[in-house]
Amino acid sequence: MDIRLATSFLRRRLPTPLVLASGIWGTSATLLVRAAQAGCGAVTSKSCGPEPRRGHVNPTCLDWGHGLLNAIGLPNPGAEAEVAILAAAKAALAPLGSALIASFFADTVANFGRVAAVLAQAEPDFLEANISCPNVHSEFGEPFAARAESAAAVTAAIKEAVPHIPLIVKLAPDVPDIGRIAQAVVAAGADAICAINTMPGLIIDLESGQPILANRRGGISGPALLPISLRCVYEIHQAVPHVPIIGTGGVTTGADAVAMLMAGATAVGIGSAVYYRGPEAITLIRDELAAWLSSHGYTSPEAVRGLAHREPVYDLPPSPPPFPAAHGPV
Amino acid sequence: MSAVVLPPMLPQATRIEAIRTENAQTKTLVLAARWQAEPGQFLLAWLPRHDEKPFSLVDADPVTITVAAVGPFTRLLHRLQPGARLWLRGPLGRGFVLGGQRPLLVGGGYGVAPLWFLARRAVATGATVTAVIGARTAADLLFVDRLAGLGVHVMVTTEDGSRGQKGLVTDAVAPLLAAGAVDGLYGCGPHGMLVALARLAQRYGIPAQLSWEAYMRCGLGLCGSCEHAGRLLCQEGPVLSVPLGCQC
Repeated sequence: MDIRLATSFLRRRLPTPLVLASGIWGTSATLLVRAAQAGCGAVTSKSCGPEPRRGHVNPTCLDWGHGLLNAIGLPNPGAEAEVAILAAAKAALAPLGSALIASFFADTVANFGRVAAVLAQAEPDFLEANISCPNVHSEFGEPFAARAESAAAVTAAIKEAVPHIPLIVKLAPDVPDIGRIAQAVVAAGADAICAINTMPGLIIDLESGQPILANRRGGISGPALLPISLRCVYEIHQAVPHVPIIGTGGVTTGADAVAMLMAGATAVGIGSAVYYRGPEAITLIRDELAAWLSSHGYTSPEAVRGLAHREPVYDLPPSPPPFPAAHGPV
Repeated sequence: MSAVVLPPMLPQATRIEAIRTENAQTKTLVLAARWQAEPGQFLLAWLPRHDEKPFSLVDADPVTITVAAVGPFTRLLHRLQPGARLWLRGPLGRGFVLGGQRPLLVGGGYGVAPLWFLARRAVATGATVTAVIGARTAADLLFVDRLAGLGVHVMVTTEDGSRGQKGLVTDAVAPLLAAGAVDGLYGCGPHGMLVALARLAQRYGIPAQLSWEAYMRCGLGLCGSCEHAGRLLCQEGPVLSVPLGCQC
Protein backbone atom coordinates (compact mmCIF):
# COMPACT_ATOMS: atom_id res chain seq x y z
CA MET A 1 0.00 0.00 0.00
CA ASP A 2 1.27 3.45 -0.87
CA ILE A 3 1.88 5.44 2.28
CA ARG A 4 2.19 9.18 2.02
CA LEU A 5 3.76 10.53 5.18
CA ALA A 6 3.08 14.12 4.15
CA THR A 7 1.35 15.89 7.01
CA SER A 8 -0.56 19.13 7.19
CA PHE A 9 0.54 21.20 10.18
CA LEU A 10 -0.88 24.70 10.70
CA ARG A 11 -1.67 24.99 6.97
CA ARG A 12 1.95 24.06 6.14
CA ARG A 13 2.60 20.79 4.32
CA LEU A 14 5.42 18.80 5.94
CA PRO A 15 7.09 15.96 3.97
CA THR A 16 6.82 13.73 7.07
CA PRO A 17 5.26 14.18 10.53
CA LEU A 18 8.70 13.84 12.19
CA VAL A 19 10.14 16.94 13.84
CA LEU A 20 13.72 17.34 15.08
CA ALA A 21 13.26 18.40 18.70
CA SER A 22 14.88 21.56 20.00
CA GLY A 23 18.26 21.10 21.66
CA ILE A 24 19.16 18.17 19.40
CA TRP A 25 21.73 19.04 16.71
CA GLY A 26 20.05 22.43 16.15
CA THR A 27 23.21 24.49 16.59
CA SER A 28 23.97 24.94 12.89
CA ALA A 29 22.27 25.06 9.51
CA THR A 30 24.39 22.07 8.43
CA LEU A 31 23.01 19.81 11.16
CA LEU A 32 19.42 21.04 10.69
CA VAL A 33 19.68 20.17 7.00
CA ARG A 34 21.16 16.78 7.87
CA ALA A 35 18.08 16.03 10.02
CA ALA A 36 15.75 17.11 7.21
CA GLN A 37 17.60 14.95 4.69
CA ALA A 38 17.33 12.02 7.11
CA GLY A 39 13.54 12.33 7.19
CA CYS A 40 12.36 15.19 9.39
CA GLY A 41 9.45 17.15 7.95
CA ALA A 42 10.35 20.02 10.26
CA VAL A 43 13.47 20.84 12.24
CA THR A 44 13.77 22.91 15.40
CA SER A 45 16.77 25.09 16.09
CA LYS A 46 18.50 25.08 19.48
CA SER A 47 16.70 27.49 21.82
CA CYS A 48 18.23 30.94 21.78
CA GLY A 49 17.75 33.75 24.26
CA PRO A 50 18.21 37.51 24.46
CA GLU A 51 21.96 37.31 25.19
CA PRO A 52 24.77 34.83 24.38
CA ARG A 53 25.11 32.05 27.00
CA ARG A 54 27.88 29.53 27.61
CA GLY A 55 25.63 26.95 29.26
CA HIS A 56 26.56 24.76 32.22
CA VAL A 57 29.98 23.13 32.68
CA ASN A 58 30.22 19.36 32.22
CA PRO A 59 28.90 16.83 33.06
CA THR A 60 25.84 18.04 31.15
CA CYS A 61 24.37 14.79 29.86
CA LEU A 62 24.20 11.22 31.20
CA ASP A 63 22.94 7.82 30.12
CA TRP A 64 21.66 6.40 33.42
CA GLY A 65 20.41 3.10 32.01
CA HIS A 66 16.72 3.70 31.32
CA GLY A 67 16.93 7.13 29.78
CA LEU A 68 19.12 10.22 29.62
CA LEU A 69 19.47 13.10 32.05
CA ASN A 70 20.68 16.44 30.73
CA ALA A 71 21.27 19.97 31.91
CA ILE A 72 23.08 21.63 29.04
CA GLY A 73 22.01 25.05 30.31
CA LEU A 74 20.81 26.67 27.08
CA PRO A 75 24.16 27.63 25.49
CA ASN A 76 23.42 29.85 22.51
CA PRO A 77 24.94 32.74 20.54
CA GLY A 78 22.13 35.18 21.42
CA ALA A 79 19.16 36.19 19.28
CA GLU A 80 21.03 38.66 17.05
CA ALA A 81 23.63 36.06 16.00
CA GLU A 82 20.98 33.33 15.76
CA VAL A 83 19.23 35.21 12.93
CA ALA A 84 22.07 34.39 10.52
CA ILE A 85 21.98 30.69 11.45
CA LEU A 86 18.20 30.58 10.98
CA ALA A 87 18.35 32.42 7.66
CA ALA A 88 20.99 30.02 6.34
CA ALA A 89 18.95 27.05 7.54
CA LYS A 90 15.74 28.41 5.99
CA ALA A 91 17.41 28.78 2.60
CA ALA A 92 19.02 25.34 2.74
CA LEU A 93 15.80 23.63 3.86
CA ALA A 94 13.64 25.13 1.11
CA PRO A 95 14.56 22.61 -1.63
CA LEU A 96 13.85 19.76 0.80
CA GLY A 97 10.39 21.06 1.68
CA SER A 98 11.05 20.80 5.41
CA ALA A 99 9.87 23.57 7.71
CA LEU A 100 12.05 25.54 10.12
CA ILE A 101 10.93 26.00 13.71
CA ALA A 102 12.84 28.69 15.62
CA SER A 103 12.98 27.87 19.32
CA PHE A 104 13.66 30.57 21.88
CA PHE A 105 13.49 31.42 25.56
CA ALA A 106 13.76 34.55 27.68
CA ASP A 107 14.01 35.65 31.28
CA THR A 108 10.94 37.91 31.32
CA VAL A 109 7.54 38.08 29.60
CA ALA A 110 8.55 41.24 27.73
CA ASN A 111 11.84 39.69 26.55
CA PHE A 112 9.96 36.75 25.01
CA GLY A 113 8.31 39.30 22.72
CA ARG A 114 11.61 41.03 21.97
CA VAL A 115 13.47 37.82 21.11
CA ALA A 116 10.58 36.68 18.92
CA ALA A 117 10.71 39.97 17.02
CA VAL A 118 14.47 39.58 16.40
CA LEU A 119 14.16 35.95 15.22
CA ALA A 120 11.26 36.91 12.94
CA GLN A 121 13.82 38.70 10.73
CA ALA A 122 14.95 35.26 9.55
CA GLU A 123 11.35 34.38 8.61
CA PRO A 124 11.21 30.92 10.19
CA ASP A 125 8.08 28.93 9.32
CA PHE A 126 7.16 28.68 13.00
CA LEU A 127 8.24 30.11 16.32
CA GLU A 128 8.50 27.78 19.31
CA ALA A 129 8.44 29.37 22.75
CA ASN A 130 10.46 27.27 25.18
CA ILE A 131 8.75 28.22 28.43
CA SER A 132 9.63 24.90 30.05
CA CYS A 133 13.40 24.39 30.27
CA PRO A 134 13.87 22.70 33.66
CA ASN A 135 17.61 23.42 33.85
CA VAL A 136 17.96 27.15 34.42
CA HIS A 137 15.92 27.24 37.62
CA SER A 138 18.68 28.89 39.65
CA GLU A 139 18.86 31.85 37.28
CA PHE A 140 15.35 32.21 35.89
CA GLY A 141 13.25 30.74 38.71
CA GLU A 142 10.17 28.65 38.12
CA PRO A 143 9.54 27.98 34.40
CA PHE A 144 6.73 30.04 32.85
CA ALA A 145 5.10 26.70 31.92
CA ALA A 146 4.52 25.89 35.59
CA ARG A 147 1.40 28.04 35.85
CA ALA A 148 -1.42 28.80 33.42
CA GLU A 149 -1.29 32.56 34.08
CA SER A 150 2.43 33.00 33.33
CA ALA A 151 2.26 30.65 30.33
CA ALA A 152 -0.61 32.69 28.89
CA ALA A 153 1.15 36.00 29.58
CA VAL A 154 4.24 34.89 27.62
CA THR A 155 2.08 33.62 24.77
CA ALA A 156 0.17 36.89 24.52
CA ALA A 157 3.39 38.94 24.54
CA ILE A 158 4.85 36.90 21.66
CA LYS A 159 1.66 37.06 19.60
CA GLU A 160 1.56 40.81 20.06
CA ALA A 161 5.20 41.20 18.98
CA VAL A 162 5.01 38.76 16.04
CA PRO A 163 1.40 38.18 15.00
CA HIS A 164 2.24 36.89 11.50
CA ILE A 165 4.34 33.77 12.32
CA PRO A 166 2.43 30.78 13.78
CA LEU A 167 3.43 30.14 17.39
CA ILE A 168 4.07 26.76 19.01
CA VAL A 169 4.31 26.76 22.81
CA LYS A 170 6.40 24.02 24.43
CA LEU A 171 4.95 22.78 27.72
CA ALA A 172 6.42 21.10 30.79
CA PRO A 173 5.25 17.69 32.05
CA ASP A 174 5.65 18.41 35.76
CA VAL A 175 2.35 20.20 36.32
CA PRO A 176 -0.80 18.87 37.97
CA ASP A 177 -3.06 19.54 34.94
CA ILE A 178 -1.30 20.05 31.61
CA GLY A 179 -4.66 20.30 29.81
CA ARG A 180 -5.43 23.46 31.76
CA ILE A 181 -2.06 25.01 30.78
CA ALA A 182 -2.76 24.10 27.14
CA GLN A 183 -6.19 25.75 27.27
CA ALA A 184 -4.64 28.90 28.76
CA VAL A 185 -1.94 29.30 26.08
CA VAL A 186 -4.42 28.55 23.28
CA ALA A 187 -6.80 31.17 24.67
CA ALA A 188 -3.84 33.60 24.68
CA GLY A 189 -3.16 32.98 21.00
CA ALA A 190 -0.94 29.87 20.71
CA ASP A 191 -1.43 28.18 17.35
CA ALA A 192 0.00 24.79 18.37
CA ILE A 193 1.43 22.95 21.36
CA CYS A 194 4.70 21.06 21.65
CA ALA A 195 4.55 18.52 24.46
CA ILE A 196 6.67 17.84 26.30
CA ASN A 197 9.97 19.22 27.53
CA THR A 198 12.12 16.92 29.67
CA MET A 199 11.02 15.74 33.13
CA PRO A 200 13.13 17.01 36.05
CA GLY A 201 15.30 14.35 37.66
CA LEU A 202 18.52 13.69 39.59
CA ILE A 203 21.24 11.03 39.39
CA ILE A 204 23.80 10.53 42.17
CA ASP A 205 27.28 9.02 41.99
CA LEU A 206 27.62 6.70 44.98
CA GLU A 207 31.43 6.82 45.21
CA SER A 208 31.50 10.60 45.68
CA GLY A 209 28.00 11.00 47.07
CA GLN A 210 27.47 13.81 44.56
CA PRO A 211 24.84 14.53 41.92
CA ILE A 212 26.68 13.86 38.64
CA LEU A 213 25.38 16.73 36.56
CA ALA A 214 27.17 20.01 37.24
CA ASN A 215 23.70 21.59 37.48
CA ARG A 216 22.78 18.82 40.00
CA ARG A 217 19.28 18.34 38.54
CA GLY A 218 18.51 17.80 34.89
CA GLY A 219 15.78 16.75 32.49
CA ILE A 220 14.92 13.11 31.83
CA SER A 221 14.57 12.13 28.17
CA GLY A 222 14.75 8.91 26.18
CA PRO A 223 12.69 5.73 26.69
CA ALA A 224 11.80 6.55 30.32
CA LEU A 225 9.93 9.67 29.16
CA LEU A 226 7.58 8.00 26.63
CA PRO A 227 4.66 7.05 28.94
CA ILE A 228 4.74 10.57 30.42
CA SER A 229 4.74 12.28 27.02
CA LEU A 230 1.93 10.01 25.77
CA ARG A 231 -0.16 10.85 28.84
CA CYS A 232 0.47 14.58 28.39
CA VAL A 233 -0.38 14.56 24.67
CA TYR A 234 -3.50 12.51 25.42
CA GLU A 235 -4.67 15.04 28.01
CA ILE A 236 -3.84 18.06 25.82
CA HIS A 237 -5.78 16.56 22.91
CA GLN A 238 -8.76 16.14 25.23
CA ALA A 239 -8.45 19.71 26.47
CA VAL A 240 -7.92 21.43 23.09
CA PRO A 241 -9.04 18.87 20.47
CA HIS A 242 -8.66 21.16 17.45
CA VAL A 243 -5.15 22.39 18.22
CA PRO A 244 -2.25 20.59 16.53
CA ILE A 245 0.29 18.98 18.87
CA ILE A 246 3.93 18.06 18.30
CA GLY A 247 4.22 15.00 20.55
CA THR A 248 7.78 14.81 21.84
CA GLY A 249 9.39 12.65 24.50
CA GLY A 250 10.98 9.24 24.32
CA VAL A 251 10.01 8.35 20.75
CA THR A 252 12.68 5.85 19.69
CA THR A 253 10.89 3.62 17.16
CA GLY A 254 8.22 3.85 14.49
CA ALA A 255 5.85 2.09 16.90
CA ASP A 256 6.45 4.84 19.47
CA ALA A 257 5.60 7.41 16.78
CA VAL A 258 2.35 5.57 15.98
CA ALA A 259 1.42 5.64 19.68
CA MET A 260 2.11 9.38 19.80
CA LEU A 261 -0.18 9.99 16.82
CA MET A 262 -2.86 7.81 18.41
CA ALA A 263 -2.61 9.87 21.61
CA GLY A 264 -3.56 12.89 19.53
CA ALA A 265 -0.34 14.32 18.09
CA THR A 266 -0.26 15.72 14.55
CA ALA A 267 3.54 15.62 14.40
CA VAL A 268 6.12 13.61 16.36
CA GLY A 269 9.32 14.99 17.89
CA ILE A 270 12.60 13.08 17.67
CA GLY A 271 15.37 13.77 20.15
CA SER A 272 17.30 11.31 22.30
CA ALA A 273 16.62 8.58 19.71
CA VAL A 274 19.66 9.82 17.78
CA TYR A 275 21.75 8.70 20.74
CA TYR A 276 20.03 5.35 21.20
CA ARG A 277 20.02 4.40 17.52
CA GLY A 278 22.65 6.77 16.14
CA PRO A 279 22.13 9.52 13.57
CA GLU A 280 20.27 6.96 11.42
CA ALA A 281 17.42 6.98 13.96
CA ILE A 282 15.40 9.56 12.05
CA THR A 283 15.36 7.55 8.83
CA LEU A 284 14.69 4.30 10.72
CA ILE A 285 11.71 5.80 12.58
CA ARG A 286 10.31 7.28 9.36
CA ASP A 287 10.52 3.95 7.55
CA GLU A 288 9.15 1.98 10.51
CA LEU A 289 6.22 4.40 10.79
CA ALA A 290 5.42 4.01 7.09
CA ALA A 291 5.75 0.21 7.29
CA TRP A 292 3.46 -0.03 10.34
CA LEU A 293 0.78 2.16 8.77
CA SER A 294 0.97 0.20 5.53
CA SER A 295 0.77 -3.22 7.20
CA HIS A 296 -2.32 -2.10 9.12
CA GLY A 297 -4.18 -0.72 6.12
CA TYR A 298 -3.75 2.98 6.90
CA THR A 299 -2.80 5.34 4.09
CA SER A 300 -1.55 8.30 6.13
CA PRO A 301 -0.42 9.32 9.63
CA GLU A 302 -3.60 11.40 9.85
CA ALA A 303 -5.65 8.18 9.72
CA VAL A 304 -4.49 7.07 13.18
CA ARG A 305 -4.42 10.47 14.86
CA GLY A 306 -6.43 10.50 18.08
CA LEU A 307 -7.50 6.83 17.81
CA ALA A 308 -6.85 6.37 21.53
CA HIS A 309 -9.73 8.75 22.23
CA ARG A 310 -12.32 6.77 20.23
CA GLU A 311 -14.38 3.73 21.22
CA PRO A 312 -13.06 0.53 19.67
CA VAL A 313 -15.22 -0.94 16.92
CA TYR A 314 -15.79 -4.71 17.07
CA ASP A 315 -16.68 -6.62 13.96
CA LEU A 316 -19.52 -8.79 15.35
CA PRO A 317 -22.29 -10.76 13.64
CA PRO A 318 -25.78 -9.22 13.90
CA SER A 319 -27.37 -9.67 17.33
CA PRO A 320 -29.64 -12.75 17.54
CA PRO A 321 -33.35 -12.14 18.26
CA PRO A 322 -34.10 -11.99 22.00
CA PHE A 323 -34.73 -15.39 23.52
CA PRO A 324 -38.48 -15.74 24.21
CA ALA A 325 -38.95 -15.13 27.89
CA ALA A 326 -40.68 -17.93 29.74
CA HIS A 327 -42.56 -15.49 31.86
CA GLY A 328 -42.62 -12.42 29.65
CA PRO A 329 -45.36 -9.86 29.80
CA VAL A 330 -48.55 -11.05 28.18
CA MET B 1 20.29 -12.03 45.20
CA SER B 2 21.97 -10.62 42.13
CA ALA B 3 24.76 -8.06 42.28
CA VAL B 4 24.02 -4.40 41.69
CA VAL B 5 25.28 -3.45 38.24
CA LEU B 6 25.90 0.25 37.64
CA PRO B 7 24.92 1.60 34.23
CA PRO B 8 28.23 1.39 32.36
CA MET B 9 27.78 4.79 30.73
CA LEU B 10 27.84 6.69 34.02
CA PRO B 11 31.24 7.91 35.27
CA GLN B 12 33.15 5.05 36.92
CA ALA B 13 35.44 5.85 39.84
CA THR B 14 39.07 4.82 39.43
CA ARG B 15 42.43 5.81 40.93
CA ILE B 16 45.65 7.32 39.64
CA GLU B 17 48.36 4.64 39.80
CA ALA B 18 51.34 6.56 38.45
CA ILE B 19 52.21 10.05 37.27
CA ARG B 20 54.93 10.87 34.75
CA THR B 21 56.10 14.40 33.96
CA GLU B 22 56.42 14.86 30.18
CA ASN B 23 57.47 18.50 29.99
CA ALA B 24 57.03 21.75 31.89
CA GLN B 25 53.24 21.87 31.41
CA THR B 26 52.36 18.26 30.62
CA LYS B 27 51.88 15.17 32.80
CA THR B 28 50.81 11.65 31.95
CA LEU B 29 48.37 9.95 34.35
CA VAL B 30 48.29 6.14 34.45
CA LEU B 31 44.96 4.99 35.88
CA ALA B 32 43.77 1.79 37.53
CA ALA B 33 41.17 1.09 34.80
CA ARG B 34 41.76 -1.42 31.99
CA TRP B 35 39.76 -1.02 28.78
CA GLN B 36 39.59 -2.40 25.28
CA ALA B 37 39.86 0.67 23.08
CA GLU B 38 41.36 1.99 19.85
CA PRO B 39 43.92 4.77 19.43
CA GLY B 40 42.06 8.01 18.68
CA GLN B 41 39.19 7.21 21.03
CA PHE B 42 38.75 9.47 24.05
CA LEU B 43 37.38 9.53 27.56
CA LEU B 44 35.66 12.09 29.76
CA ALA B 45 37.42 12.60 33.12
CA TRP B 46 35.27 14.00 35.95
CA LEU B 47 36.05 15.50 39.32
CA PRO B 48 32.81 16.01 41.26
CA ARG B 49 31.86 19.68 41.73
CA HIS B 50 34.64 20.78 39.40
CA ASP B 51 34.35 19.82 35.76
CA GLU B 52 34.49 17.00 33.22
CA LYS B 53 36.79 17.24 30.19
CA PRO B 54 37.69 15.05 27.22
CA PHE B 55 41.15 13.48 26.86
CA SER B 56 42.60 11.30 24.12
CA LEU B 57 43.60 7.82 25.20
CA VAL B 58 47.36 7.40 25.34
CA ASP B 59 46.84 3.78 26.32
CA ALA B 60 43.80 1.66 27.18
CA ASP B 61 45.38 -1.12 29.25
CA PRO B 62 45.97 0.51 31.67
CA VAL B 63 43.94 3.59 30.77
CA THR B 64 46.41 6.46 30.37
CA ILE B 65 45.93 10.13 29.52
CA THR B 66 48.33 13.00 28.93
CA VAL B 67 47.20 16.28 30.45
CA ALA B 68 48.51 19.74 29.61
CA ALA B 69 47.84 22.31 32.33
CA VAL B 70 45.97 24.90 30.32
CA GLY B 71 43.01 25.80 32.57
CA PRO B 72 41.58 25.45 36.09
CA PHE B 73 40.53 21.80 35.66
CA THR B 74 43.77 20.58 34.11
CA ARG B 75 45.79 22.50 36.71
CA LEU B 76 43.76 20.67 39.37
CA LEU B 77 44.51 17.33 37.67
CA HIS B 78 48.21 18.18 37.82
CA ARG B 79 47.96 18.62 41.61
CA LEU B 80 46.48 15.13 42.15
CA GLN B 81 48.81 12.52 43.64
CA PRO B 82 49.04 8.76 43.03
CA GLY B 83 46.08 7.09 44.76
CA ALA B 84 43.74 10.03 44.10
CA ARG B 85 40.38 9.25 42.59
CA LEU B 86 39.21 10.25 39.12
CA TRP B 87 35.91 9.35 37.43
CA LEU B 88 35.91 8.18 33.81
CA ARG B 89 33.38 7.73 30.99
CA GLY B 90 34.59 5.90 27.93
CA PRO B 91 36.00 4.78 25.63
CA LEU B 92 34.05 7.25 23.46
CA GLY B 93 34.04 8.10 19.76
CA ARG B 94 35.66 6.46 16.79
CA GLY B 95 39.42 6.10 16.58
CA PHE B 96 42.00 5.44 13.88
CA VAL B 97 41.72 2.34 11.69
CA LEU B 98 45.16 1.20 10.60
CA GLY B 99 45.61 0.16 6.97
CA GLY B 100 48.69 -0.27 4.82
CA GLN B 101 52.23 -1.06 5.83
CA ARG B 102 53.91 2.39 5.75
CA PRO B 103 51.84 4.72 7.94
CA LEU B 104 52.86 8.34 8.45
CA LEU B 105 51.87 9.76 11.82
CA VAL B 106 51.71 13.55 12.06
CA GLY B 107 51.26 15.21 15.43
CA GLY B 108 51.25 18.89 16.32
CA GLY B 109 51.54 20.08 19.93
CA TYR B 110 49.43 17.97 22.30
CA GLY B 111 48.05 16.09 19.27
CA VAL B 112 50.93 13.65 19.60
CA ALA B 113 49.21 11.89 22.54
CA PRO B 114 46.88 9.55 20.58
CA LEU B 115 49.59 9.00 17.93
CA TRP B 116 51.97 7.55 20.53
CA PHE B 117 49.20 4.97 21.20
CA LEU B 118 48.69 4.43 17.46
CA ALA B 119 52.44 4.04 16.85
CA ARG B 120 52.67 1.17 19.32
CA ARG B 121 49.74 -0.59 17.63
CA ALA B 122 51.27 -0.02 14.17
CA VAL B 123 54.73 -1.28 15.19
CA ALA B 124 53.12 -4.36 16.73
CA THR B 125 51.64 -5.24 13.32
CA GLY B 126 55.10 -5.07 11.73
CA ALA B 127 54.45 -1.81 9.87
CA THR B 128 57.25 0.60 8.95
CA VAL B 129 56.21 3.71 10.85
CA THR B 130 57.29 7.29 10.16
CA ALA B 131 56.30 10.16 12.46
CA VAL B 132 56.51 13.91 12.00
CA ILE B 133 56.23 15.65 15.36
CA GLY B 134 55.87 19.40 15.56
CA ALA B 135 55.71 21.98 18.32
CA ARG B 136 56.40 25.66 18.90
CA THR B 137 59.74 25.07 20.63
CA ALA B 138 61.93 22.12 21.66
CA ALA B 139 60.54 22.39 25.19
CA ASP B 140 57.00 21.79 23.90
CA LEU B 141 57.80 18.55 22.04
CA LEU B 142 56.18 15.35 23.32
CA PHE B 143 56.99 11.62 22.97
CA VAL B 144 59.83 12.19 20.44
CA ASP B 145 62.42 10.05 22.20
CA ARG B 146 59.94 7.33 23.13
CA LEU B 147 58.73 7.09 19.53
CA ALA B 148 62.33 6.78 18.35
CA GLY B 149 62.95 4.11 20.99
CA LEU B 150 60.05 2.15 19.50
CA GLY B 151 61.86 2.02 16.16
CA VAL B 152 59.73 4.74 14.52
CA HIS B 153 61.53 6.98 12.04
CA VAL B 154 60.92 10.34 13.75
CA MET B 155 61.23 13.76 12.10
CA VAL B 156 60.91 16.87 14.25
CA THR B 157 59.85 20.38 13.32
CA THR B 158 59.75 23.41 15.62
CA GLU B 159 58.45 26.83 14.77
CA ASP B 160 61.52 28.52 16.28
CA GLY B 161 64.02 25.99 14.97
CA SER B 162 65.20 25.05 18.50
CA ARG B 163 65.11 21.35 17.51
CA GLY B 164 64.82 19.59 14.17
CA GLN B 165 63.67 21.35 11.04
CA LYS B 166 62.52 24.95 11.48
CA GLY B 167 58.93 25.39 10.34
CA LEU B 168 55.61 23.52 10.42
CA VAL B 169 54.94 19.79 10.23
CA THR B 170 53.49 20.26 6.75
CA ASP B 171 56.92 21.39 5.53
CA ALA B 172 58.26 17.94 6.42
CA VAL B 173 55.15 16.01 5.34
CA ALA B 174 54.86 17.32 1.78
CA PRO B 175 58.18 15.83 0.54
CA LEU B 176 57.33 12.44 2.12
CA LEU B 177 54.00 12.32 0.30
CA ALA B 178 55.54 13.56 -2.94
CA ALA B 179 58.16 10.80 -2.78
CA GLY B 180 55.51 8.12 -2.26
CA ALA B 181 57.32 7.11 0.92
CA VAL B 182 54.12 6.36 2.87
CA ASP B 183 50.76 4.72 2.17
CA GLY B 184 48.55 6.36 4.79
CA LEU B 185 48.45 9.57 6.82
CA TYR B 186 47.22 9.75 10.44
CA GLY B 187 47.09 13.21 11.95
CA CYS B 188 46.17 14.94 15.18
CA GLY B 189 46.75 18.55 16.12
CA PRO B 190 45.47 22.09 15.72
CA HIS B 191 42.64 22.79 13.28
CA GLY B 192 44.78 24.70 10.77
CA MET B 193 47.36 21.91 10.67
CA LEU B 194 44.67 19.32 9.93
CA VAL B 195 43.15 21.41 7.14
CA ALA B 196 46.62 21.71 5.58
CA LEU B 197 47.22 17.95 5.96
CA ALA B 198 43.87 17.19 4.35
CA ARG B 199 44.81 19.32 1.34
CA LEU B 200 48.19 17.59 1.03
CA ALA B 201 46.65 14.13 1.32
CA GLN B 202 44.13 14.92 -1.40
CA ARG B 203 46.79 16.44 -3.66
CA TYR B 204 48.95 13.31 -3.44
CA GLY B 205 46.04 10.82 -3.32
CA ILE B 206 47.07 9.39 0.05
CA PRO B 207 44.26 8.07 2.32
CA ALA B 208 44.17 10.14 5.50
CA GLN B 209 42.50 9.95 8.88
CA LEU B 210 42.50 13.10 10.97
CA SER B 211 41.50 13.56 14.60
CA TRP B 212 39.67 16.87 15.06
CA GLU B 213 39.52 18.67 18.35
CA ALA B 214 36.21 20.14 19.54
CA TYR B 215 34.47 21.01 22.76
CA MET B 216 32.66 17.82 23.76
CA ARG B 217 29.62 18.87 25.74
CA CYS B 218 27.05 16.02 25.93
CA GLY B 219 29.41 13.38 24.51
CA LEU B 220 26.35 11.46 23.27
CA GLY B 221 25.89 12.94 19.78
CA LEU B 222 22.92 15.08 20.79
CA CYS B 223 23.80 18.67 21.59
CA GLY B 224 25.70 19.58 18.41
CA SER B 225 28.52 21.41 20.25
CA CYS B 226 31.24 19.29 18.63
CA GLU B 227 30.01 19.53 15.04
CA HIS B 228 32.67 19.61 12.33
CA ALA B 229 31.70 19.58 8.65
CA GLY B 230 28.23 18.27 9.53
CA ARG B 231 29.60 15.40 11.65
CA LEU B 232 29.19 14.93 15.40
CA LEU B 233 32.78 14.45 16.50
CA CYS B 234 31.93 12.94 19.91
CA GLN B 235 30.18 9.98 18.26
CA GLU B 236 31.14 9.95 14.58
CA GLY B 237 34.67 11.24 15.29
CA PRO B 238 36.95 12.58 16.54
CA VAL B 239 38.77 10.72 13.77
CA LEU B 240 37.31 11.42 10.32
CA SER B 241 38.53 10.18 6.97
CA VAL B 242 39.50 12.70 4.32
CA PRO B 243 37.67 14.12 2.44
CA LEU B 244 34.81 13.78 4.93
CA GLY B 245 36.39 16.03 7.53
CA CYS B 246 37.93 18.36 5.02
CA GLN B 247 36.59 21.84 4.52
CA CYS B 248 39.11 22.74 1.86
